[in-house]
Amino acid sequence: MKNRRFLLILALLLSIGFVLAACGSSDDGESSGDGGDSGEGSTEGGEESSEDFSVAMVTDVGGVDDKSFNQSSWEGLQAFGEENGLEEGEGYDYAQSDSEGDYTTNISRLVRQDYDLIYGIGYLLQPALEEVAEQNPDTNFGLVDSVSEVENIVSITFKEQEGSFLAGVAAALKTETDKIGFVGGEDGSLIRKFESGYVAGAKSINPDIEIDIQYAESFAAADRGKLIASNMYNNDIDVIYHASGATGNGVFAQAKDIKQNNPDENVWVIGVDRDQHEEGAIGDDNVTLTSMVKRVDVAVNEIATQTMEGDFPGGEVVEYGLEDEAISIAQTNEDAMTEDILSEIESWKEQISNGDITVPSTDEELEEYESSL
Amino acid sequence: MFTNRTINILIPIISVILGLLSGAIIMLVFGYNPVAGYGALWEGAFGDSYFFGETIRMVTPYILSGLAVAFALRTGLLNIGVEGQVFVGWLASVWVGVAFDLPMAIHLPLAIIAAAAAGAFWGFIPGILKAKLGVHEVIVTIMMNYIALYTTNAIVRHVITDGEDQTENIADSASLASTWLAEMTFYSRMHYGILIALFMALVMWFILNKTSRGFELRSVGYNPFASNYAGMSVSKNIILAMMISGAFAGLAGAMEGLGTYGYLASKSGFTNIGFEGIAVALLGANTALGVVLAAFLFGILKIGALNMPTGAGVPTELVEIVIALIIFFVASSYMIRWFILRFKKEGK
Repeated sequence: MKNRRFLLILALLLSIGFVLAACGSSDDGESSGDGGDSGEGSTEGGEESSEDFSVAMVTDVGGVDDKSFNQSSWEGLQAFGEENGLEEGEGYDYAQSDSEGDYTTNISRLVRQDYDLIYGIGYLLQPALEEVAEQNPDTNFGLVDSVSEVENIVSITFKEQEGSFLAGVAAALKTETDKIGFVGGEDGSLIRKFESGYVAGAKSINPDIEIDIQYAESFAAADRGKLIASNMYNNDIDVIYHASGATGNGVFAQAKDIKQNNPDENVWVIGVDRDQHEEGAIGDDNVTLTSMVKRVDVAVNEIATQTMEGDFPGGEVVEYGLEDEAISIAQTNEDAMTEDILSEIESWKEQISNGDITVPSTDEELEEYESSL
Repeated sequence: MFTNRTINILIPIISVILGLLSGAIIMLVFGYNPVAGYGALWEGAFGDSYFFGETIRMVTPYILSGLAVAFALRTGLLNIGVEGQVFVGWLASVWVGVAFDLPMAIHLPLAIIAAAAAGAFWGFIPGILKAKLGVHEVIVTIMMNYIALYTTNAIVRHVITDGEDQTENIADSASLASTWLAEMTFYSRMHYGILIALFMALVMWFILNKTSRGFELRSVGYNPFASNYAGMSVSKNIILAMMISGAFAGLAGAMEGLGTYGYLASKSGFTNIGFEGIAVALLGANTALGVVLAAFLFGILKIGALNMPTGAGVPTELVEIVIALIIFFVASSYMIRWFILRFKKEGK
């Protein structure tokens, strides 16, 4: 008897699974068709496309749908492909890494598939990228967010501290409790740049502001992001800046939950890397105050174009900042970003561009900056 | 028609075939070509010597973590803590590799033994808790995984280095990596560890099947009460089994630390080497030879699957579903056994 019931449940589950699977296929039909085509194309075109330019990227564990850093890079490559009439899978492609061990394998595989330019997205890929780059001196590599001295690697970095400074200014002006939060991904010199800039910006507005700084120790742990955000919001913090890739999706989720239960509650998230306005939409409200936009897509696209034209800046460090518009503060949420805040941000921005302020990018510089306030 | 032995061999084979078949069906349902998909998988694992080298590289820790789980299971213990034991083994091997400057003949064995000892220690704790206080080993080992993960991260950041994310590279004298193997396989990360892994499989078979200690361990696994009655010390055997299992896991960590990477970076999550070890042991029916074969299958799947998105346009998520299905069918070997037995009855 018991056995039969078990079988029945099993059969039910299986049939539900298949129905769901069938539903899924209708939306995916088109894209999957494309995928299949391009897949065949790449095997055929592999040999003859050697004179054509092709570019690929390897993600860190966040994946190209992390709504943040990797996604932005992939959008850059897609834009590059469109501008130059390349096909996905043939002229441009990405490889997804599920763990640290996949980095080297993915990069080497792309080298062996004759891609001309291969990006490692994120500083986590630096050791793997350097290793492969030294073994393959004829291929060009790009490293985002870290500096490498290998000849055939171009290092792409951003002045995240400047954008984060402005995010800190916005947060300090917006908060009503004078308590703001920061959620970092993995602790390290890169995310410290975000943190230092943010703290400096907030303290420039209000030297007594309380800033809670937490690290989730991962760029892909939305659950931990949500937990940290929940603690922060419970402790009267009303603005959280996250610099944590896909972990930040949890911060958004928590803010939206609070907003859904009580639309009058004041909770804000400051997004990172992309304009994360749509992540914050909940009903008629939006919890995204602004985003520290870092145009990885522009950088990736530009370097790819240069390389295609035979102008690969190997061994160099290309740095993008406020003046290149590669770092900016999103103004999509017009209700939240009032005139006052915007004009304040504008004036700080000018001071940074003029060189009146040097935004701190490390803990030591931050200490110096704070004591000068 | 079927003896017990053939059934035991048949079950894993049928599981794999069923897993691959249902993976193919899922690919079909979502509009991908399963032949191209599996073709890409095969290409990705054996396409040229580079991929072959990478597959071997992946297989090496799987063999050892599979052995660790299998050894514990044979003695009636479920060691979920292989993951944590891998971490401490990795840490110990890299620490020895970085800290000392010795001739290779001493340095390399020392690093490997340190890893095994660290893993054994990590296995000893749940072992003694189980033996003396009756605390269930599953709970303790799961918790010990987290302790291992975060302790390792803290040690990497604050003890071995000064706030860095990863340790320095180990000294050459402690490295299992071989330029000869790497050059032969176009710079894959294949290393001599595979020899150690295969040797350890032999060791496990020898301990369990050819020594009286192994007989005791197995007998405690079958029936602790009968073993006790027969004059064997159950608690001693439980502790010993967990320590040997932990030592295997620690060696798996050493393979990563001394062979594949040569350093230890702070990790945001588990490596899954230990958890995959559970599946490897299950598929390998807890025998040494079975574990080696199952580890090869998992290595091929893992490395080959990386090629499926670019090679055949199959998204990574589907690849993971296919792998999960194979594990599902392996774990549901009871179902397959039931079908085989039924078939056997009808056949008579």
